[in-house]
Amino acid sequence: MTTTAVFRIWRGDSKGGGFEDYRTNVSPGMVVLDAVHQIQAEGAGDLAVRWNCKAGKCGSCSAEVNGMPRLMCLTRLSDIDTSKPVTIEPMKAFPIVRDLVTDVSWNYRVKKGIRKFKPRPPDAPDGTWRMDQGDVDRVQEFRKCIECFLCQDVCHVLRDHHKHEEFIGPRFLVYVAALEMHPLDTDDRLDELKQAHGVGYCNITKCCTKVCPEEITITDNAIIPLKERVVNEFYDPLVWIGRKLLGTPKRGGGAP
Amino acid sequence: MTPQTHEHDVLVIGAGGAGLRAAIEASAGGGRVGLVCKSLLGKAHTVMAEGGIAAALANVDDRDNWKVHFADTMRGGQYVNNWRMAEIHAREAPDRVRELESWGALFDRTPDGRILQRNFGGHRYPRLAHVGDRTGLEMIRTLQDHGIHQGIEVHMEVTATRLLKDGDRVVGAFAYDRQRGYFHVFRAQAIVLATGGTGRAYEITSNSWEYTGDGQTLAYDAGAELIDMEFVQFHPTGMVWPLSVRGLLVTEGVRGEGGVLLNSQGRRFMFDDIPELYRTQTADNAEEGWRYCAGDKNARRPPELLTRDHVARCIVREVKEGRGSPHGGVFLDIAWIKKHIPNAEEHIKKKLPSMYHQFKKLADLDITREPMEVGPTTHYAMGGVRVDADTQMSRVPGLFAAGECAAGINGANRLGGNSLSDLIVLGKRAGEYAAKFAKENRPGLIDEAAVADAAKWTLEPFDRAGDETAYAVQRDLQVGMQAKVGIVRNEADLAQALVEIGKLRDRAARARVDGNRDYNPGWHTALDLHPLLTVSEAITRCAQVRKESRGGHFREDYPKKDDAAFGKINVVARKGKDGSMEVSTVPIPPMPPELLQIIEEMK
Repeated sequence: MTTTAVFRIWRGDSKGGGFEDYRTNVSPGMVVLDAVHQIQAEGAGDLAVRWNCKAGKCGSCSAEVNGMPRLMCLTRLSDIDTSKPVTIEPMKAFPIVRDLVTDVSWNYRVKKGIRKFKPRPPDAPDGTWRMDQGDVDRVQEFRKCIECFLCQDVCHVLRDHHKHEEFIGPRFLVYVAALEMHPLDTDDRLDELKQAHGVGYCNITKCCTKVCPEEITITDNAIIPLKERVVNEFYDPLVWIGRKLLGTPKRGGGAP
Repeated sequence: MTPQTHEHDVLVIGAGGAGLRAAIEASAGGGRVGLVCKSLLGKAHTVMAEGGIAAALANVDDRDNWKVHFADTMRGGQYVNNWRMAEIHAREAPDRVRELESWGALFDRTPDGRILQRNFGGHRYPRLAHVGDRTGLEMIRTLQDHGIHQGIEVHMEVTATRLLKDGDRVVGAFAYDRQRGYFHVFRAQAIVLATGGTGRAYEITSNSWEYTGDGQTLAYDAGAELIDMEFVQFHPTGMVWPLSVRGLLVTEGVRGEGGVLLNSQGRRFMFDDIPELYRTQTADNAEEGWRYCAGDKNARRPPELLTRDHVARCIVREVKEGRGSPHGGVFLDIAWIKKHIPNAEEHIKKKLPSMYHQFKKLADLDITREPMEVGPTTHYAMGGVRVDADTQMSRVPGLFAAGECAAGINGANRLGGNSLSDLIVLGKRAGEYAAKFAKENRPGLIDEAAVADAAKWTLEPFDRAGDETAYAVQRDLQVGMQAKVGIVRNEADLAQALVEIGKLRDRAARARVDGNRDYNPGWHTALDLHPLLTVSEAITRCAQVRKESRGGHFREDYPKKDDAAFGKINVVARKGKDGSMEVSTVPIPPMPPELLQIIEEMK
């Protein structure tokens, strides 16, 4: 059975814009991105939207649907009330390019500023490593991230307070956690974490965890352990003295 | 408006696995490398690859080695592969996989802590290094995160529409950026094409909007040859329901973990037709098949893990003969393994997490309890730019290609897992030889008239009136290709398809674009029609020439393989002097005795 619904889509650019209503058919199984594509093909040919895989694996089609940061490809129309207009707007934490497309290039610059993976020497004469599946599993949760930047969008430090120059945001705290907890990594990013990366700005409201389409427990599993390492390192007098006297290659320890 | 000019030694067009790996290699020697990607960095289709990377590491079964992998690849490709490419690929894949680990990739482990490998269709031993069922994401992110520290200049959301030549040589590319619609001229001594496939030419596809045959068309227009274009891989298991996700891939890993295909009568129909080439390697009963998936080295693999072309055709047969599922597919059941293992539900979620979520979120279906509905989906182009096996250079000096947009390694059918390994093995070589070429050659002259012409062509859609739209032309092309140049082909349909492609070209030339140049998908879709139509024509014309059935190319009017006429040739398409497409056949060079011997031994 086919019904119709109204989609209230934000149209505009960096100079301004507003909502426009489009009515289109709704069929079983349809997701919000299907509706946007249908509206494009039916007449709004220049409606700007990013998308790629349409399966929740690439993280391109991030937007705010009825005010909630979502991947449009994973938002089923059967899960929202289509008796009222469905609003679709671009992410708020990034500058507008056009319509539903935002300029997310800041994220790419931030990543470049994080020190890269630095493995320990190989474990075996053939140049390979040995790792326990359990140690690998712990980091895999973070490596599931598809870089949709919805966590950045919802983070009030970025969204409301615009601390883009002082805080790397949940996505990149997860990235640092993945590096710091990587079984082979030998580098130490705690100084940057405290200073340039601004881990202290996060006050653990867990909004990022709630919107993550990959269901990564961002706050509890990534950010809080990083905060704890920073606290132990910089605010524990014994560790501080020990470091001054001895110095340690990889601080913060292994598994939490 | 004057285009912005960028100077590079090597320009890589496309930033999936092959493009990233090529760029990393090209920059290793200190050259200035530019990387152009149609989407944002890290979003290319590599991200969708699920099953794993094929490499004979022999971590799980020590009988494996490069020779077995080579023989498997050639058998899968029905022996029309470029054997030298298949050899290089099998020999070098293990090193490339280990290199990914040294760059931070985290694969699943064996009990003794090495890289774990899983079973996959057409591979004799467990060979696929993997991370659950999101191996592609692990690979692209590893390459991306390594690559951004290599001094590569990344140009995101930029589409190249034409290559620029100085005499015979390629010396640059013309492109536009999506965000503002500005024009760009990239000057480079060498260019690597790594733009992926052509799946967008079909209605039911696992490919995203990007895969419109850009690299193949850029090369073709610049005078390079396309080869094997008739071989299109229809992956046997795409989602069929709901309609909105039709075509979305269901990884072969489901079958690797023990998933079985059933028709509406509950019959495992894959046992009904096992090709001669694989009879000795295939289980003839369900019990042995399960033992294989559970890791018994003495068991033969279940028929669900036969090559993709064969499995796809068996599914089509079941549906055609009225034994399909409610929405026109068949059933794929992984839940049944609970008969064999106590914690099946957890096991499935652990081994196939993204499949579990994909069905849960998009189809309201719990794969640990119910069977999935699946059917074939256009997945991969075996054909593409004809390149030299060792250097990946096309016949146009300075123009290289790697990954899906290049051709040769896969022959008539690609084995699952051989794509990710192809990307890093031959991607690396393309980057290496492109950098070498760039060093040995001075920058060429950019032909300003060609730039002006490319700019004019790009803007034409804005000047048109009338009610034709690019979306409608694209849609009609996809429907036509699916119906007439799809899984089952015949002479009449192919001829009709060519007529339709001609008409669609006329319509494409009338397609009007509304709005301005800022991030305008209507405009982008209009510009993508030229490459889409070009590769569609090449697929159709090459399919006409190959009057036999082999691998991904099935002719119902010539249902048998004809080794005498077509077993030792490839079909090549090139642009003729008058601009029309010329198609011919070229002989496959004889295989050296040592490789022939390997194939004999592995039979």
